[in-house]
Amino acid sequence: MTTKKMAIIATKGTLDMAYPPFILASTAAALGYEVQIFFTFYGLQLLRKDLSDVMISPLANPAMPMPIPMPVMVQMLPGMESMATMMMKQKLKKHGVASLEELRDLCLEADVKFIACQMTVDLFEFDKKEFIDNVEYGGATMFMGFAGDTDVCLFI
Amino acid sequence: MNFDKEFDASGLNCPLPIIKTKKSLTDMESGKVLKVIATDCGAVKDMQAFADQTGNKLLASTEEGGKYIFFMQKK
Repeated sequence: MTTKKMAIIATKGTLDMAYPPFILASTAAALGYEVQIFFTFYGLQLLRKDLSDVMISPLANPAMPMPIPMPVMVQMLPGMESMATMMMKQKLKKHGVASLEELRDLCLEADVKFIACQMTVDLFEFDKKEFIDNVEYGGATMFMGFAGDTDVCLFI
Repeated sequence: MNFDKEFDASGLNCPLPIIKTKKSLTDMESGKVLKVIATDCGAVKDMQAFADQTGNKLLASTEEGGKYIFFMQKK
């Protein structure tokens, strides 16, 4: 049986959008898939050693379930983003959902390959020292070398 | 049902029960049986799908007092 392959392009750096790439990658790896994630633009934030800046905002996110209805004028107040993030993390923990750090570690343990977009690293002048060690740096062409031959390819 | 190893995934939510079941199976010999206990109702369909896709055999899947019990035989 040939090994199935999955490629994911992770482009978002908010807490809600950080989960799908790591959940799908770790699950696919558990099912025996060979998996690569290409992190580009804001998705690069998910490769930081410290993920505490990965947040969720109710602002411009009208589908986010809120404990109480909150007008946009209130959502924009200072501290609302931190509060929403804290509440979301508590909710995730209460429901037994893994933390981002845990899911990322499970991916690495299962040999999921992380590729950071070199162009975006240069564009935003990110310091590679702030990223975890298990990252390879490359471009779209390098990623397509793998993506072109996959069974599942997702843009998140 | 007889089993060789047990893994309690109570309190864990998707995808942890599956990923950790896979991990528990890793150091087991072919033909041995792993008992998994879970509280995530999503695990019922996921455990069957895991078996279908990996070739491990789901011998039984039951519910007892709000807990889901699975017996997975390693390929």
